[in-house]
Amino acid sequence: MQLIEHPSSMRFADKTIVKPKPIAASLAVATCALLGAVSPLAQANPDTADEWKFDTAILYYGETDRVSLVEGVVSATKDFGDEHIFNGKVTFDGLTGASATGAVPQDTVQTFSRPSGNGGYAVAAGETPLDDTFKDSRVQLNAQWTQPLATDLRGSTGVHVSKEYDYLSLGVNGSLARDFNQKNTTLSLGLSYQFDSIDPVGGTPERLGSTSVLNSVSDYDLYDDYLDANGSGNADFDAHASQYESREGAQDKDTIDVLFGLTQIINRRTIMQLNYGMSVSDGYLNDPYKLVSVVNNQGTVQDTLFESRPDSRTKHNVYWQTKYAMDSGVVDLSYRFARDDWDIQSHTLESRLRYNLSDNSYIQPHVRYYQQSAAEFYQPFLLSDQPLPTYASADYRLGDMDAYTVGVKYGQKLDNGDAWAVRVEYYQQNPKNAGFAEPGQLAELELYPSIKALIVQFNYQF
Amino acid sequence: MKKIFKLALVAITVSQAVGCASLGVQPWERDLLAKDEMSLNAEGVDLGLDDHIYFSKEATSGGRAFAGGGCGCN
Repeated sequence: MQLIEHPSSMRFADKTIVKPKPIAASLAVATCALLGAVSPLAQANPDTADEWKFDTAILYYGETDRVSLVEGVVSATKDFGDEHIFNGKVTFDGLTGASATGAVPQDTVQTFSRPSGNGGYAVAAGETPLDDTFKDSRVQLNAQWTQPLATDLRGSTGVHVSKEYDYLSLGVNGSLARDFNQKNTTLSLGLSYQFDSIDPVGGTPERLGSTSVLNSVSDYDLYDDYLDANGSGNADFDAHASQYESREGAQDKDTIDVLFGLTQIINRRTIMQLNYGMSVSDGYLNDPYKLVSVVNNQGTVQDTLFESRPDSRTKHNVYWQTKYAMDSGVVDLSYRFARDDWDIQSHTLESRLRYNLSDNSYIQPHVRYYQQSAAEFYQPFLLSDQPLPTYASADYRLGDMDAYTVGVKYGQKLDNGDAWAVRVEYYQQNPKNAGFAEPGQLAELELYPSIKALIVQFNYQF
Repeated sequence: MKKIFKLALVAITVSQAVGCASLGVQPWERDLLAKDEMSLNAEGVDLGLDDHIYFSKEATSGGRAFAGGGCGCN
């Protein structure tokens, strides 16, 4: 349509003698102009070049009786001309609340040490042990540069830094995208390297080493006074202190990701993407704050250990996404299959359905379903009459689980070109028993509680 | 002249055959695909926030983008 109305085409049509070469040339120019505006892998689509475009959001994530998080994002994109695009992103988050430690509930009160060892907390009978000292804030910076390298070839490279109290993550990435078939097909290859360092509060605990616990919560105050006074002679306190003193410090891991992508335009309304990703991590993959209970045949806790995970992990995934343009909106459907050498296998099905209420407002329901199988070393607890395995984790995030999200987003574009949106979602995780018998009192207790979270987000684009 | 005409005819026929045989659209048929909401990176900030949540709460990450989460939340 636009070609017919193109001024140069009309000019040629007015002439009596039409030479084939100029027509071809003018068509080619017009075609390139059109194609340039809609390359499928463009990192951003700034409406106007030479202007910064900001995308901001604030998110609240709150679990019932557990963790809550507030996260803010400012993303700035600028096209420096000819699709030389810079994106910078700053993310802040603050986390507070309680996180499941992995220890089992009991029909009596249990006492645990906080990660530092300088405090303790009691968990009531029948309650899932949660460490309520969970508190962290994080800053993350991302920068990404994308530009054409040759005809139909784009390159992109970026870095990230993320810092929180006990954790540092540094990463670099690079990718190439090549268009074929009149830009209807795009192949891409991306590589990323990430270095992570963790410096756990209280030091790095020994794998499957016993946690050191004082007799009662009030003893921790006495213990602090004892340390402050450089006391000696209290065998319990000395043993507790020496356990923390003997621990190692910071640990690190390296992660390499490869992402291979195929994007295909199917027809005027449909675009499809198929990705294969591989991720290899080596190093310290434990969660130093997670615990595993050791119980006897009555289900009574005999000891509480720190978890132990393998020091390497290789993950594979396949991701398929289709977007379909309706007259009144967009259907977005995706599926991901993943498996890894920890024996975890997962399926994720997700759909967003954008329905335009008017020319400048829309409503978008969102549904997501996730299901995973347990890691081979996942155990909700260990049995005292069995030998200790090399690896064990009771972290429910490595166990059998399904989860779903339902939500809705409403967005509006303002007269000045700015846009805002709000979304509200409900996320529920349902951990499941992967076939472990529950001895004695454990059969009467809730070992796999569901986690329910509310997500509220506000976006503003200008 | 005749030779040029023949060549042009062959070129058009071949290009049409290729166009029909493969998936895709002509450049002037990209009106719908060119909309912001049809971009695979539409709502990039939302997708990034979701990736962070699910990376922290589930054993699988990545797929749409690189799997590394860049944080200690897992």
